[in-house]
Amino acid sequence: MPVKHTTVATTGNSMVADAMRQCAPDVVAAYPITPQTTIVEEFARYVAQGRVHTEYVTTESEHSAMSACIGASAAGARVITATCGPGLAMMWEMLYIASGMRLPIVMLNTNRTLSAPINIHCDHSDVMGARDAGWILLFAETAQEAYDNTIMSVRIAEDPDVLLPVMSCLDGFITTHSIGRAQTMDDESVKSFVGDYTPQNALLDVENPVSHGNFVFLGGPYIEFKRSQRIAMDRSKSVIERVGAEFSELSGRPFSLVETDMMEDAEVAIVVMGSSAGNVRHVARQMRAEGVKAGLVKVRCFRPFPATELVAALSGLKAVAVLDRSESFGAEGGPLFTETRSALYDLERRIPIVNYIYGLGGSDVRLDLIKSVFTDLSDIAGGGVVPEGLNYLGAR
Amino acid sequence: MATLRELTHREDRLEGGHRLCAGCGASIAVRQILLGAGEDPVIAGCATSCLEVSTSLYPYSSWKVPFIHSAFENSSVTIAGVEAAFNGLKRAGKIPADKKIKFVAFGGDGGTYDIGLQALSGTMERGHDMVYVCYDNGAYMNTGIQRSSATPRGAWATTAEVGSAQQGKTEKRKDLTSIIAAHGVPYVAQASISHWKDLTTKAEKAFAVEGSAFLNVLATCPRGWRSAYNKAVEHAKLGVQTGYWPLFEVENGEWSLSSPSKALVKTGLKPVEEFLKPQGRFRHLLKPENAELLAEVQADVDAYWKYLLGRCGE
Ligand SMILES: Cc1ncc(C[n+]2csc(CCOP(=O)(O)OP(=O)(O)O)c2C)c(N)n1
Ligand code: SF4
Ligand SMILES: [Mg+2]
Repeated sequence: MPVKHTTVATTGNSMVADAMRQCAPDVVAAYPITPQTTIVEEFARYVAQGRVHTEYVTTESEHSAMSACIGASAAGARVITATCGPGLAMMWEMLYIASGMRLPIVMLNTNRTLSAPINIHCDHSDVMGARDAGWILLFAETAQEAYDNTIMSVRIAEDPDVLLPVMSCLDGFITTHSIGRAQTMDDESVKSFVGDYTPQNALLDVENPVSHGNFVFLGGPYIEFKRSQRIAMDRSKSVIERVGAEFSELSGRPFSLVETDMMEDAEVAIVVMGSSAGNVRHVARQMRAEGVKAGLVKVRCFRPFPATELVAALSGLKAVAVLDRSESFGAEGGPLFTETRSALYDLERRIPIVNYIYGLGGSDVRLDLIKSVFTDLSDIAGGGVVPEGLNYLGAR
Repeated sequence: MATLRELTHREDRLEGGHRLCAGCGASIAVRQILLGAGEDPVIAGCATSCLEVSTSLYPYSSWKVPFIHSAFENSSVTIAGVEAAFNGLKRAGKIPADKKIKFVAFGGDGGTYDIGLQALSGTMERGHDMVYVCYDNGAYMNTGIQRSSATPRGAWATTAEVGSAQQGKTEKRKDLTSIIAAHGVPYVAQASISHWKDLTTKAEKAFAVEGSAFLNVLATCPRGWRSAYNKAVEHAKLGVQTGYWPLFEVENGEWSLSSPSKALVKTGLKPVEEFLKPQGRFRHLLKPENAELLAEVQADVDAYWKYLLGRCGE
């Protein structure tokens, strides 16, 4: 059966809620928080309409939502949930337990900043706080990518070579709430793409009792467990690529860990994650009209970190800027910057690389701000000095 | 209800050889409660606690049933998630519609009265078909006998010390059983490891009802109570006889005293001192200069007993 694509005009949240439905989770346990709310609301409608077989658990908090997901996943169910910002922060303890127990839970995270001051808008502080929690982290530029990532996440998480939870991120309000054009695939095609989930060591297999979440004494194999998580995370890279390639074939849309645009002959580039890639692409085109050989490097997967792919994309450049939509107070720069710069360390030739913190708490990512970054890069490429320290883009 | 003879033929679902202290009430509670589950398969969970760390030491497990521990404050909702998976997978046709499995979550008083109260309240309110068991030993024993909201007034704990300015815990115990009863779940009961028949019968009832059930079980901790390990059951019994720990149940909103406590309505309660005396954590309370505090502890017990008689229509 050929894939049937349907073009829709809708929001990112409605796209991912639809993807959730198509992936047919056995359990969804979630708690509402802006701007994730319309996902769980839409899913509640699917439940009420009898369009899903899912057991929908409306918990009293995000901590409990992730706890229920852990119980359900250990029981042998396919589990999907959604949260963001303070909700993700509240789950923190349980995020490590989900990955440590090797549970293939899929979570949508509609990136929202953290308080204080309280703010419901987008940045990546939430997910970056969880970057070492042992979850695979995918980012979407658009509602379309968020839909695609959701479906791929299920396959990636449940792959027997991976068995790690996956967080699929889309930018709060910018992607979750703006209406745009996108394509959905028919239910049957998604169903056969994600396939049936065959759990290992399921609690519900009562004839073969197992214990989950045991206690490991000092001197016990704790460090070996952690190494096995590391190995699974490293191994997930090729699985993500394989699943991505398979999905591309089905959808006709590209997927790679690091996506490049106008990079064939680029001399300067901006590295970015999430929705701002759109503005960067647009400004890069304008810069090219002005004679600056600008390009875009979009990171679609932050964990596992695509170091080799970034090096391949950046190694020939004269100057690179990394845009971080989150702070890492007191560090050398934002998380994407420090890891990108570390990836470039082994290169023979040192590439000037600068960091910009931008868009915190939903502050505007205007085209003129992006242009100023390309102008800086073009100066540096032409022999200008590399600005020292951190640059806060657009801060008054 | 199963007879003693029947119970003795049921499989013990918590294996011996675990690492709980000698005389620990927790394992007595677990074994009696799992006996009450009958022949149906059981899936159990446990909050971080003495019980958990002593029964799941990797690569071993004392649990002969599928078991999950995830954290301290969420054994209720972790098991609720397992129950949710059971329902979802049944609806998906992956588990036969007539398959029966019982779900039970254990937690200590710390994991239940305090840090786990929110998750427990949510779980009870949603009415998952499961049993939640609090084994109440009146303090955070696993981390070294710190006070909890289940610790009785006047008890020594490592965070409610005894010194010239303070004589142990200054607040009275929280009545968690009533709080859970207020959720309107079909079955709530208070029980003790000292009354095995009452306890296993209550466990049978809890497993039998459809929806959420809650058991609050007094479980001696000789280590934290500073009491003789070979008198653990006797000490719990004194808890019942003095009215410190009345046995009762709330079935579909109907409150009733259970027979060991009902008998006390006629005979009267033993003075609370008899419960306190064998426990080193109350030693300071029995000194003459603390007579007033001791009277307060007795007043706490009397007030609770009066309240309970009212609720049970006695
Ligand atoms: C979030 C969190 N806070 C604190 C702890 C430390 N902790 C582990 S067990 C425990 C006390 C357990 O007390 P209780 O529930 O009464 O069980 P007991 O050990 O007395 O049987 C504490 C404070 C923890 N593991 N997790
Ligand atoms: S410290 Fe108390 S609760 Fe913990 S194992 Fe020993 S007797 Fe049991
Ligand atoms: Mg305790």
